[in-house]
Amino acid sequence: MFSYGLVTPWLSRSFYSHLALHIPDGFLSLPVTLVTWLLAIALIAVALKKVQAEYQERTVPLMGVCAAFIFAAQMINFPIPGGTSGHLLGGTLAGALLGPWAGSLVMVCVFIVQSVVFQDGGLTALGANIFNMGLIGTFGGYYLYRTVRFVLGRDNWTGMAIGVGVAAWCSVVVAAIICALELAFSGTVPLPVALVAMVGWHVVIGVGEALISVATVSFIWRTRPDLFYDPPRRKRLAAARTPSLY
Amino acid sequence: MKQNSLPTRNRALIFTGLGAALLIGVFLSPLASQDPDGLDRVAQDLKFDTKAAEKNPAQQLPFHAVFDEYAMRGVPETIATPLAGLVGTLATFGLAWGIGKLVTPARHATGPKEPSPPDPQ
Repeated sequence: MFSYGLVTPWLSRSFYSHLALHIPDGFLSLPVTLVTWLLAIALIAVALKKVQAEYQERTVPLMGVCAAFIFAAQMINFPIPGGTSGHLLGGTLAGALLGPWAGSLVMVCVFIVQSVVFQDGGLTALGANIFNMGLIGTFGGYYLYRTVRFVLGRDNWTGMAIGVGVAAWCSVVVAAIICALELAFSGTVPLPVALVAMVGWHVVIGVGEALISVATVSFIWRTRPDLFYDPPRRKRLAAARTPSLY
Repeated sequence: MKQNSLPTRNRALIFTGLGAALLIGVFLSPLASQDPDGLDRVAQDLKFDTKAAEKNPAQQLPFHAVFDEYAMRGVPETIATPLAGLVGTLATFGLAWGIGKLVTPARHATGPKEPSPPDPQ
């Protein structure tokens, strides 16, 4: 096993990195912490009510699978030029599959496991992290994706791909801007430098978000298009296709 | 009618989806880039990374005795992160499933899925 010997030292480097945009404890002031917690809790409460009213039990397996996939995908930091890394956030993906309400609940589950079990993202900053990545990312991402897709054509792949790609990129950049605002309001760092630095990196990280989101959506589009919250309407063409595996 | 029944299709979804998530969490996680991520990098460049709390509340939780971030303690380093990925992926799956199950209205255990006949009168 030559390769094993070569790979081991590289694998064994310490796994210190926090994940992109997950704010640790200590970066946010008390007022910012409280306000973001309140916003997060209010939106979670509304999401729970909406899911109760509008979703059915058959959504439950998709919620579990979607949460598991986003958790796993968030572990995979991809390198970007300049010695930094980024990873999928997944809000747009969750929104496209589950809609904004169940989608944001799924994101909340991911952030809870990350912060409680793996100390990734502070417990005190959990409200801010839920707000930035779960709620802004999922709601903003979903409605932007939906608008773009429906303008370009709900039932064709081009509209779907462009909608998801554009929304995924924007959701990361907007989350980075909001994160910079929170850091600035907390007096951690002046706003102009925070904005320039955060947006500068996340403009590139957002491209990774868009690529991974579109690739995942493309697989689902080909295998189980009925899973989307806004599924493409059946065409007569679809009947002629060979039945899919799933 | 549909070619596959809903339960069969759901089983396939869970198999494929959870399977893909586990493959990523277990086998790809050790390959993740070790470079600082976006916010980390900005914190280092702008010198506010020192403000991150050394002692944070999550370290008081029992999970901290088992996981040092995304690495399980007390196991060889090569499997520490894959095990964290395995546990984390399953825990997230269970939590989201549980919340979904609690929140969505339960389907009636008996009876076909046809709408119930309208009440007389």
